[in-house]
Amino acid sequence: MDWVSENLDLIGSLTLEHLRQSVIAIAAGFALSLPLGWVAWRYRLLRGWVITVTGLLYTIPSLALLMILPVVAGYPATSETNLVIALTIYAIAIMVRAVTDGLDSVDPAVRRSATAVGYGAARRFWAVDLPLAGPVILAGLRVTAVSTISLATVGILVGVTNLGYLFTNGLQRRIVPEVLAGIVAVAVIALLIDLALMAAGRTLMPWARGAAPARRSAAEAAS
Amino acid sequence: MNLLADAFAWLFAPEQWTGPNALQHLLAQQLSFTATAVAIAALIAVPLGWAIGHTGRGREVAVAFSGAARAVPSFGLLVLLVLVFGVLRKPEAATVTFVILAIPSLLAGAYAGFEAIDRRVVDAARAVGMTGAQILWRVEIPLGLPLLVAGFRSAVLQVVATVTIAAYVNLGGLGLPIITGLSLRRYEVVLGGAILVALLALVLDALFALAQRAAVPHGIRADQGHPTGRRLDPEPAAPATPDTADTHP
Repeated sequence: MDWVSENLDLIGSLTLEHLRQSVIAIAAGFALSLPLGWVAWRYRLLRGWVITVTGLLYTIPSLALLMILPVVAGYPATSETNLVIALTIYAIAIMVRAVTDGLDSVDPAVRRSATAVGYGAARRFWAVDLPLAGPVILAGLRVTAVSTISLATVGILVGVTNLGYLFTNGLQRRIVPEVLAGIVAVAVIALLIDLALMAAGRTLMPWARGAAPARRSAAEAAS
Repeated sequence: MNLLADAFAWLFAPEQWTGPNALQHLLAQQLSFTATAVAIAALIAVPLGWAIGHTGRGREVAVAFSGAARAVPSFGLLVLLVLVFGVLRKPEAATVTFVILAIPSLLAGAYAGFEAIDRRVVDAARAVGMTGAQILWRVEIPLGLPLLVAGFRSAVLQVVATVTIAAYVNLGGLGLPIITGLSLRRYEVVLGGAILVALLALVLDALFALAQRAAVPHGIRADQGHPTGRRLDPEPAAPATPDTADTHP
């Protein structure tokens, strides 16, 4: 464990890098998934198409995507942009489905009631549909966050520095504590972000405590 | 797009398909790693998931374990296990990594399949005199099968994508052209390997989509549109079952 105490600065700065890359990708994926998920939910004809395409994105191995994207988009594979965009794509692949499922989970009677008391389409979406879809969307967001943070480590294989550096460097120099430190740091960030999302969910959606266990487990199986 | 043409030229060159590192050998390695890991993971996770679903106990533990397993980066775990097991036991280290990767999806698929069954169906089975074992084998397992197959689908997709990193510790597989191409700066080789892995994943995904459809018991399929039938149906429109790509190199 000497290695860890001697390299706390390195671990700290890599953790911050890692956190920054992941958070940008998670936020971008979430922001893009809301309209995509809404479109898929609202327009039946587009639904199969949107869900299929985003689902197929998910099947592309990340190492492959990290090499194919730069060729298609014309930026260097070693750039941080490359990793963030790839991670955003995977986030979308998980989140669009969660947004659609979430909007599906809203009781149509509630939606009709909102219309009946005079909510327009836009106001109903923000004030009724979205909050009620919140718990399912949050479950998807939590899965997305944890997987993005753990997936980001692969960036080091194309030359993007983050906590993955501790794996490649640790293997080359055969330092077990270095690799272990990397795994623990990744798991700790993932746990902290997950707890933060859970806390945000409790604050923003106080009605959702302990709700919909069956739906959640279905989402976990799909995931 | 010149690179893309070069990549396909590399893929279709006859020398890629002969010799010790011929693409069909790498493909076979990739598939055998995937099959071994998913099979071992299934032996552990499916009975456990069924037990959780049948008894309704232990779900929180399973969720906590799955969450923790998903937070562990497979790439890091592979490197760690290779260092700990030693250079001679690299294949074992890789298999353990992939087994751990596959368990959460299979576990969730097994118990969620049971939980998605309408409780009235289970109650009805008990009411007509079925024993616990009969309910398990003749009601819960068949009705839970579609979600279990969905669990297999995401487990296989995650593992087959992740096996790519095995090449980083010299275990071959389709990651080999990607990793060696990267260090040699021959990007058409990298891209060729990447295309092959993506194609393999797409083919496996399509096969599992068919299996998922076939896994729905006949009685249920005829019952679509029925209010209780809906929850038993695995939503045929759903394509991939995006999983927590926790490690999806």
